[in-house]
Amino acid sequence: MSGPILELKNVSASYEKVEAVRNVSLQLDRGSIVTVIGANGAGKTTLLNAIMGVKSASGSLRFKDEDIAALEIEARVGAGLCLVPEKRELFSTMSVEDNLRLGAYRLGGGAVAEGLQQVFRRFPRLLERRAQVAGTLSGGERQMLAMGRALMSKPALLMLDEPSLGLAPRIVKDIFQIIVELRQAGVSILLVEQNARAALHVADYAYVMELGEVTMHGRASDLAADPRIIESYLGLGGRHDT
Amino acid sequence: MNSTIALFLLQDGVINGAIYALLGVTLVLIFAVTRVIFVPQGEFAAWGALTLASLESGATPGTALLLVVLGVSAAVVETIRERASMRPARLGVMAVRDVAMPIALLLIVSTIAPTKPALWLSVLLTLALVVPLGPLVYRLAFQPIADATVLTLFIAAIGVHFAMIGLGLIFFGAEGFRNEPFIAGVFPLGPLMFKGQSLVILAATAALLAALWFFFEHSMLGKALRATAINRLGARLVGIPTRATGRIAFALAAAIGALSGTLIGSLTTISYDSGFIISLKGFVAAIAAGLASYPVTVVAAIGVGVLESFAAFFASAYKEVIVFSLIIPLLIWRSLVTAHHDEEEE
Repeated sequence: MSGPILELKNVSASYEKVEAVRNVSLQLDRGSIVTVIGANGAGKTTLLNAIMGVKSASGSLRFKDEDIAALEIEARVGAGLCLVPEKRELFSTMSVEDNLRLGAYRLGGGAVAEGLQQVFRRFPRLLERRAQVAGTLSGGERQMLAMGRALMSKPALLMLDEPSLGLAPRIVKDIFQIIVELRQAGVSILLVEQNARAALHVADYAYVMELGEVTMHGRASDLAADPRIIESYLGLGGRHDT
Repeated sequence: MNSTIALFLLQDGVINGAIYALLGVTLVLIFAVTRVIFVPQGEFAAWGALTLASLESGATPGTALLLVVLGVSAAVVETIRERASMRPARLGVMAVRDVAMPIALLLIVSTIAPTKPALWLSVLLTLALVVPLGPLVYRLAFQPIADATVLTLFIAAIGVHFAMIGLGLIFFGAEGFRNEPFIAGVFPLGPLMFKGQSLVILAATAALLAALWFFFEHSMLGKALRATAINRLGARLVGIPTRATGRIAFALAAAIGALSGTLIGSLTTISYDSGFIISLKGFVAAIAAGLASYPVTVVAAIGVGVLESFAAFFASAYKEVIVFSLIIPLLIWRSLVTAHHDEEEE
């Protein structure tokens, strides 16, 4: 199959009367990293929630050439979609290892051992903390656990919502390094970030959202050089520079 | 009061407390997984005891017919509700699980019942009849409003309680029954006399609590239920079907309820409306544990049982008043020690 792994056409989603996402069309090619950048409240998180099925939406949603608009979250997970939400949504009173094991819930027992091995190889810190309760982890470790839990389901498309939010610069660098490695391992990635500089650096293609709409899109390297983007999102000093 | 009486009361209290512990733990379990404060938990216990009593007397228990009625209702209601997205496979599943199996069970039970089956077989049949009622009650009453507030779910639970009392009256009649004990006879131990049934209750409660602990700590399904309770969105994001977890929780609740019913049936007379007062005592224990901790629930339930038995000795007319009054200081204590937060946050 050579078509895009994810294709959105005119997707809209609203809270009560406020339309948080309006007529968004977006394409993500297999094995690529696409980033959606934009200010707080631009509708980026709502867009991810709509793709995952957490938030109901109108418009066409195709994943792996199949219409997924009518599927429940669980079925979308089964199809290979996985979201690492901004709030991580970990099982805070359970151990790191149990969190990871539950990540492979759809795959059953056989996939657990292999998945754990891979995740621990990618995140050695989680191996050290495997018996620790998830709620006691540091911010960076939580993000690693959330990503590790998502990887346990062997997703074809991993959606990351603000993976660098609230993390120290050194850890942000690690997280972006892992995102690049995941792409090399064949995982397609949809990355939502406020840290536009880092996101554009790793992404192949980028969309800019403002007030619920896509206002610009193009190759990430082109957008990184675009004066409008530099002024609005990158800034001169680069406050969130990585 | 001398020490013999005190020991006797203590024994009595611990045994009743064991039953309250089972019901209380079930309330905590259901609340954790589905956020429903399941008022009618005791009805499962009453139905279990009454089903066993019918089988012992050689009659076909009312639950057999009730299962068919609820099964067909659930299938019809869900077919109408999901008519837009209904697939043939799902219709097939419902036809077998909700219509064919209950009818088959009804036929089997009505054939076996007149032969007055052995006790172990009667208990198994009782479980086979009552356990499926749990998920059916969940599907009919709670699944469509699974995302509603705790208060809405609580009000629905009260409605279900009245409905179940009414159904119990229709299917079992107003008469009260007493079961035969699992183990007849009395065993002396020092100054104490243990009824065989008391020992069965203690052993069964310990075994059930151990099994529950193992299930939640060591099985994937148990962990998935816990995960759903801890973080519903997180659970959905890893692909745990949270609707199915609700049904499983209710099946467990019906199983524990039915078993506790068969256990207490020989100690006290059970009629269609006896369940409420029993589960309310489990509820007192569950409240003491903040509807959150299983071990605290067990300890509190035994405390409730002991308090009740001593209250019965000193002021028997007030024994229920004393037990239920306990809930007020408990609530005050809990509201002082726990931080306040909005009930609706997930």
